[in-house]
Order: sequence, then C-alpha cells, then structure tokens
Amino acid sequence: MIEEIATMENGEMVVNLGPQHPSTHGVLHLVITLQGETIKKVEPHLGYIHRSIEKMCESLSYRQFIYVTSRMDYLSSHINNHGCALCVEKGMQIEVPHRAKVIRVLMDELTRLASHQLWWGAMAMDIGALTPFFHAFREREAINDIMEETCGARLTMNYMVPGGVMADLHPNFQKKVKAFISLFRSKIDEYDELVTGNIIFKSRMQGVGYLSREDAISYGCTGPTARGSGLRCDIRKLVPYEVYGQLQFDEPVGTEGDCFARYLVRMQEMRQSLSIIEQLIDNIPEGEFQAKTKAVLKLPKGEFYSRVETARGEFGVYIVSEGGMTPYRIKFRSPGFSNLSALDHMARGHKIGDLVAIMGTLDLVIPDIDR
Amino acid sequence: MFSIENITHSIDAWLNSTFSPGLALLLESLIVGLCVISLFTILGLVLVLMERKVSAYMQIRMGPNRVGPGGVLQTVADTLKLAMKEGLTPDGADKFLFNLAPYLVIVVAMMILAPLAFAKGVQLWDLNIGVLYVSAVSSLSVIGILMAGWASNNKYSLLGAMRSGAQIVSYELSAGISIISIVVLTGSLRVSDIIASQQDGWWLFKGHIPAVLSFVIFIIAVTAETNRAPFDLAEAESELTAGFHTEYSGMKFALFFLAEYVNIFIVCAIAATLFLGGWMPFHIGHWSGFNHVMDYIPSSLWFMGKTFFLIFVIMWFRWTFPRLRIDQLLRLEWKYLLPISMFNLLLTTLVAIKGWYF
Amino acid sequence: MNKEELKVRLEEILPAAAFEEGSEWVTMTIDPAAWKEFARQIRQPSGLDLDYLFCVTCVDWKTHLTMVYHLVSTVHRHILVVKAKLDRNDPEIATVSDIWRTAEFHEREAYDLFGVKFKDHPDLRRLFMTDDWKGWPLRKDYEDPVNMIKL
Repeated sequence: MIEEIATMENGEMVVNLGPQHPSTHGVLHLVITLQGETIKKVEPHLGYIHRSIEKMCESLSYRQFIYVTSRMDYLSSHINNHGCALCVEKGMQIEVPHRAKVIRVLMDELTRLASHQLWWGAMAMDIGALTPFFHAFREREAINDIMEETCGARLTMNYMVPGGVMADLHPNFQKKVKAFISLFRSKIDEYDELVTGNIIFKSRMQGVGYLSREDAISYGCTGPTARGSGLRCDIRKLVPYEVYGQLQFDEPVGTEGDCFARYLVRMQEMRQSLSIIEQLIDNIPEGEFQAKTKAVLKLPKGEFYSRVETARGEFGVYIVSEGGMTPYRIKFRSPGFSNLSALDHMARGHKIGDLVAIMGTLDLVIPDIDR
Repeated sequence: MFSIENITHSIDAWLNSTFSPGLALLLESLIVGLCVISLFTILGLVLVLMERKVSAYMQIRMGPNRVGPGGVLQTVADTLKLAMKEGLTPDGADKFLFNLAPYLVIVVAMMILAPLAFAKGVQLWDLNIGVLYVSAVSSLSVIGILMAGWASNNKYSLLGAMRSGAQIVSYELSAGISIISIVVLTGSLRVSDIIASQQDGWWLFKGHIPAVLSFVIFIIAVTAETNRAPFDLAEAESELTAGFHTEYSGMKFALFFLAEYVNIFIVCAIAATLFLGGWMPFHIGHWSGFNHVMDYIPSSLWFMGKTFFLIFVIMWFRWTFPRLRIDQLLRLEWKYLLPISMFNLLLTTLVAIKGWYF
Repeated sequence: MNKEELKVRLEEILPAAAFEEGSEWVTMTIDPAAWKEFARQIRQPSGLDLDYLFCVTCVDWKTHLTMVYHLVSTVHRHILVVKAKLDRNDPEIATVSDIWRTAEFHEREAYDLFGVKFKDHPDLRRLFMTDDWKGWPLRKDYEDPVNMIKL
C-alpha cells in the first residue's frame, strides 16, 4: 500500500497512498511529499473510477439518467436522484403532489442519517477504534430494511421519478420508522459517549486540519466540511425546496474549523435529521404519490439548474437542453470534488496519521468525485 | 486439597531414587524445558483464540466458530497454515540477523518465565533478585525488535522498529518504578517473599492509594510495552506498513506473533503476582474462617484466573480506544506517567516507613 | 440584491456584456479576453462580493465551446452565471484559480474533457483520464471505437 517512488535531493520522500485502502473511502490515489514525518504536499490522482457519467447521460432519456446518479454518491443515492428529478420538473414545470414531497423529504433524511452513520463508523475505524464500525452498521441495517421494503433495494434505491416517487409507501413504513427513531435516539447518545467524549479521540482531532472560513469559500467547500469552519451553506435553509421551508430544524455550524468541529457538526446533523423525520412521520398527507406526466419527457430548449443538500454538501444538476428526448449536456456539481481540493491546503505541515483523520472528516466518496 | 506440589515432589523423589543426582537434575531440566515449550505453544494458541472471540463478542459478532467445536481449533489451523507458508527473505537483508531476531524475542520471553510462580510450589527458579531479573531481561526484547527492523533492509521497517523501540524503552521506566513501589512495601525482591507477604490480603487492597496508582500506571505502561492498542501505531493498518515485522512471513512471523501474545501473558502474570497476590487466594486480614474457605480453590486456578482477567482487560482496551499518535504517546510517558510514578514511589516509601498500610 | 440591481451594477463594470432574457438567474455572456479583469472586479469584497464559485462547466456547441461559470455571493446571496464563447479549434481563456481556488480542479477537468487551455494555470494536466490519453472525451465529435458503444 505504501511504496516509495523517489527520494529527492533535499531529503524529501514521495510516497503513494492508495489506490487500494484499508478504509472505505474508495479508490483515491494520493501522492504525498514527505520531509521526514511532515507532509509537504498532497496531490490527489483521480480517475480510477471515472465512468464518464456525464457523457453517458447525453444518450439516456430524461427518465433514465436519474438512476445513474445513484451510483455516483452511493451513500446519498436518494438525494442525488432527488436533485435530478427536481431539475427535470423545473424544466417541464411539473407540479409535484404534496404527499410525494413529504415522502421525498423523509427518504432524503433517512439517507442522510444512514450516510452519516457509515461515516461515523469509518471515521472511528481510521483513527483506530475498530468497534464503533459494527455499532454503526447495526443501526444502519434498520434504515436499509425500511428502504428495502418500500423501494426494493438497500443501496441504490431508484425511487424518485420526475413528478414524485415511483411507488407508494409500504404499509409498515410508518411503524418501522417510528421504531427506528426511538431506537436511534438512545444509540446516538451512546455514540457520543463511546467516541466523542473519548480523550484520545479528541486529542487526535482537535487542532488538526484547520480550514479558515475564507479558505472554505475560496475552495468551494460545502456541507459539513464548510460548516465546521463557520460558513452557513445548507441549501435546505438558503433555497428551501420541497417542504423544508415549513420544517423546524437547525443548521449546526462550528467555529474552530478543525477536524473536531467538522465531526461535531455531523453528529449534530444526525440529531437534526432525526427531528425532521419525527416532525413528518405523523403528518404524511393523503394524496397522489406521483404527478401525471407524459411517458416520454422532453425538456424545452434552455438551461436548468437545481441544487440539493446531500450528506456531503451541495449537489448541483445543470441540464442544457436542446428540446430533444435526451439532454444535450449535463453537468453534475459534486460536493466531494471541491472538498477534496482543500485537502492539500489542510494537510500541509501535519503528519501522516493526521492526514487520515482529515480525510475521515472530509467524508469523501470517490465515485462522487470521479463521476 | 489438590496441589501440583504433590506431583512435582513425587516426580522429584522418584527421579532421585532411580538415577544418580546429576542425571536426575539433567532429566528434571529436560522435563522443565519441555513443559515450558509446551506451555508457550498452548498459551499462544489459547490467547490468539481468546483475542478473536473477545473482540468478536465486543463487536456484536461471533468470531471463529467453524473449526472444531465452537471454533477452538482455529488457531491450530492458523499455525499449520503459517508453518507451511513460504518464508521469504528480502534480497539485501542481513541473513544472520534476519533469522536470529525472532528467536531472540522468543528466548527472552521464555527466560522471563523462570521466576514466575504458577501455583504454590511451582516455580522454576526462585532467585533472590526475581523481580529485578524480570525487569532486566524484558529489556532485552528491544534488541530483537531493532534487529528485525534493521536486518529487513526496508526503510519503513526500520522506522517502525525505531518507533517501537523508543516506545518500549520509554515505558519501561514507568513500569519499573511501579514494580519498585511494591518491592518497597514488601521489602524483598524475591518473588516467593512478595507472594508470601500477601498472605493477609493482596497489595492492591493493603497498599491503598499508592498501590492502586502503581497498578494503574503499570497496566498502562505494559500495554505500551507490548505494542498493544491504543499504543500500536507502529503496526497499525492505516499507517505506514506493518512495523518491524513487515518483511517476515511463514514460521518466523508466527514466532513474532506468538511472542507478542506470550509477552502479554507474562506482563499480566507479573501484575497479578505483584499486585493481586499471584497464586495466593483472596484473604481478608486474619479472618481465618473466610481464608480457609478461599484456600479450597487450588492456587493454580487463582493464578490463572487473575492473569486471564488482566489479559481480558488489556484486550478490552484494544477494542475500545482509538490509537494515539507517536508524539502523543511519548508525551504521555515523559510528561505525565513518569513524574506521577516517581511521586508515587516517594509516597509509597513514606507509607512503608511509617507503616501506614494494612 | 435582486436581479435588476445586479444587472445595473454589472453593466457598470462591463458595458460590453450581453444579458440573456428569461433565465432563472442573471446570465451574461462576455468576451473571453475580458474574463480575468471582470472576475477580479466581481470578486471585490466591498462590491458585488461574488466569492463562491460553485460550478464550472464547458458545453460543446459544435461550432464553438462555451465556458459557463456559476457564482454566488455568501454575503448578499445573489447568483450570477457568466458565459464565454471560445473558438473550437483553439479554446483559450484566462484561469481564475488565483481568485477562486476551487477553479484549479474544475479547470483541470475542463481541460481534460474538452481541451480548453487555461492561461497561467499553475498545474494544467489531465485529471481523470490517464496522462497519455489522446483526444477530448466529452466533445461531441469524439470517436473511440474501443470504449464507446453506439446503439
């Protein structure tokens, strides 16, 4: 996994980290220039999982291209699909029924929770505590079960369609989600006890990987990465879509800008997601789950951009349409892409062990970056 | 009451009556040697399986449960696999040192077994400086580790070996001072004296505050000495390579692996001997009735029970805490543990002089 | 700042810009040569304060390439879309990676997939494709009989 490429004259060593990792970040290849133990430069080499999704979508219809995005950021698959569906609806002026909106938000928040749970387990594993990984997956199974019943799949749930959702909720949905809420409320306190309050954990994360607010803006960082540095950038609050405007939830923002601040922001986000689900689960309105649309969708000539908040940050779908059945050009603005560009800036001057901690708090999913 | 003493005495008597004294001594040494090697092997097998099962149950899973009833033959299978693996030697490695290193580590581990008392009357060599011998010989294992790192001809092995070496040498100080505090309370370095002095209660309870402090520091220090988590940066998976034993494969790797687990057993045995009374049952002062009842449980069971409980605690640490960085590790020792243990030693001496212990 | 005010301020900065009608956000097309100076102007903290570049796209229109920059201000919350038409045979535009650091990676992506050269970019190399890849994959006339399957 680590091998030396070259030794330069001034005593600097160049080492490879990846592309195969013992952690769950995906195929990321980092070329690190080291002076002794200190990192001088980190250069990500991307493209190991580049599938040219943007080019593929140019030959897929507007109903088909949505599901390719499940495979991009597979931990926020519902939210990615949601963003694409919103873009198509914007272009075709489709009105989504209220029930469908509520279902979509519920699915989004459950996905956000599942993604943060996996992040927590993997982060603790990278720092060295191997047990929280199993706890995180045990709770995540509950969400996967709920998804499987309603959507039919556990990871790439192709559930959103332009106009609503593909099928109605399973009759057990409400009961299972309520059971999950009461289970997870106690578990998240356990998580805090086990990892957040641990002094070794704190000393590994505090003061490491500082990102100032100006740098976060300049590097285009979004999501909890930027919120840990004090930047308010939650799309659900800035440009409320679906029913987010009517919900009560906070946007957790940290001030220190180090790894621990980003960690705390994500823990808080889990609690906020739980409270959003609680607000909605008893008030799912009756009605249609899908608006009536034509079988073949054709967006009018023009450009459409939709923004949603995934677990990693702002996901943007930019469609340039020439009036045909397939998009002329699609661009997916992925949150991990900009977050990764700040890695070099954050890691300089730290040790390799700190680099692992920083990458953990950035919560990178490489297929999202490589598209 | 069942006691291993009877068996050893009867064997000794029979040997001495059948053969000349010199030959009897030779045969006894041979028997003891065989026992030590088999103890080593069995300990290694048991401890590796224990680690896997303990870690599994803490991680809400079941661990090995296919090979043998309940998975007990898993380590036997693993050992067979390692024995049959190809033992690679890197190209530019120093062959003599490369091959010597694992044996050195194993020999050191075996030598430390000598003054330990496994049960009443079962002690290989009750020398008058038993505790000092243990402390001194355990320092020799650093040589084996550095040898392994150097002879591998691999920059990262050397780095890992030097980190491990620095870690071990630093934490030996705190461990040594903790040991000395019990010696001060007992007044003797001889292991049998230390155990005998716990006739009316274990030092952990008799020595109250200073002994408890020593115990805690000792446990932390030996976790670091044996390169166990949370102090296992040198061999962690997400860091650089696998430490000093990266280039080892096959039987030599098995020896390092075995030595690590037997080292854990040894340090827990020492902790049990010094702080928890070794093979001495749990006595409370002079409550002769209670003590008499406690004596019914064989002393070997007491010793093994205490040692395995401490091993369980050390394994518990591994699966609960994240890892410390190397600079945090060394800072913990030099800035916190060492001053505290030195102060504790002074406190213990004061307590011992004034007689303020039970 | 709403759309009208933003338009007025932008016209002050760059009178030669052409605005699009009927789009969700203020969209303008500028001359590529004027991009660097314009970018510096709109980044000004006390002016328009467009400090967050959130999307850099390149679109292949068969006769020319267009670079599209989406910017938002974290202070005033207004959004601006800037387009620049580039010559297809020799697409060149100034880099803005010294103004918005995020552009460094985004411009490398545009170079890798479309062949747009960014003047004064600190490290203009391919990002996703291997270093020795020939051709610009996302262009409309890209042919690759091995990897592309035409139905």
